[in-house]
Amino acid sequence: MSAETISPRERIVLRAAQELRDGMYVNLGIGMPTLVANHLPEGVNIVLESENGLLGIGPFPYEGDEDADLINAGKQTITAAKGAAYFSSSESFEMIRGGHIDLTIMGGMEVSQEGDLANWMIPGKMVKGPGGGMDLVASAKKVVIIMSHCNKAGEPKILEKCNLPLTGVRCVHRLITEHAVFDFENGEMILREVMGDMTIDQLKKITAAKFREN
Amino acid sequence: MSKVVQDAAEAVKRAGICDNAIIMAGGFGLCGIPEHCIAAIRDSGVTGLTIISNNCGVDDFGLGLMLQTKQIKKMISSYVGENAEFERQFLGGELEVDLVPQGTLAERIRAAGAGIPAFFTPTAVGTKMGEGKETREFNGRTYLMEHALQADFAIVKAHIGDESGNLVFNKTARNFNPMMAQAGKITIAEVEKLVPTGEIDPDHVHTPGVYVNYIFEGKNYEKRIEQRTTQPRN
Repeated sequence: MSAETISPRERIVLRAAQELRDGMYVNLGIGMPTLVANHLPEGVNIVLESENGLLGIGPFPYEGDEDADLINAGKQTITAAKGAAYFSSSESFEMIRGGHIDLTIMGGMEVSQEGDLANWMIPGKMVKGPGGGMDLVASAKKVVIIMSHCNKAGEPKILEKCNLPLTGVRCVHRLITEHAVFDFENGEMILREVMGDMTIDQLKKITAAKFREN
Repeated sequence: MSKVVQDAAEAVKRAGICDNAIIMAGGFGLCGIPEHCIAAIRDSGVTGLTIISNNCGVDDFGLGLMLQTKQIKKMISSYVGENAEFERQFLGGELEVDLVPQGTLAERIRAAGAGIPAFFTPTAVGTKMGEGKETREFNGRTYLMEHALQADFAIVKAHIGDESGNLVFNKTARNFNPMMAQAGKITIAEVEKLVPTGEIDPDHVHTPGVYVNYIFEGKNYEKRIEQRTTQPRN
């Protein structure tokens, strides 16, 4: 696949997969983050955690093998990988809160230049609840957010301050969009990579936050 | 005194589930929900209930059944996205909702069963959900104080149980069931298979019988699947 033929979404997912290291315990959010597991770099084995009580998510079951007692956090039927373990919800979040999960990759609605994250509610719309997202961003060893650089109206989602209610304060370690990779250190946003042929000036136009060039 | 009862209707009656009760219900989505107890509580007609459960079922199954009959006054959950009737009642102001981060919900329930009145967590610090809560610094980081969450009754579902109330769960159907069994003042366990005391290897017990007041074997579990995802066979 060349850079021209893949969609922005695929570009984000492929770049996010490079965050995976051999032996990591990883929690992937629902939606686009789940796809990251399909692009494991060669020689890299990871253990996926599902916060409803499974360490070691396997592939989807074959038709007819679905088990109502075996689902992921998105309520999809799954299988357990070889060497998997089941546990309760409280133990699941002991694992998360206790800092035993190496990496979480999650979607975002807005990220601020200090690394604040908003991804759980839009005022005026039906609020569904935070699920386990707030716990994960507060306590995973590394929090990587993947999202489109701008919203559907073309407006920036990377802002000086988030407008939407926060999921966590200064919790984002790395942000990956279809155009760039940023890190957040001590409240500062640092540009690490630019993707494709975008210039820094073009990037600044679609980023409503101050960042330092690496 | 025997803990074994015939069915969910008898368990609900003997436990004394009444109007305005606070009830915890195990399950994640529709996985591991005490479906017989939910149906029996709906049939009992009690109202004004506060339900503590990670989710609120779907429109026509699980806790959604008790929404249709307007028996629920308040829900305490982490995520309630799969239910149109829930949305209608919530937006119409008929239903109170207290949303809690999932890990905080699990730990508040665990704390209640473990005799811990409150604890500190980094989750939700600096967010709307943390507003008004007591904070404290430990080792340079800010934490929120969260209180234990107890219930008058807990209804839980296990795979196998014995007549002494020892429980064994199956796969991810364990989820919130063990800590809820501990946190209910009175706990009803429904199981797919009830065996005589002594049949379960003590090393394999997930929830010891001390937490369970009533137990029964449920018949004809529906165990509905919310998102059926599969891959084709080659």
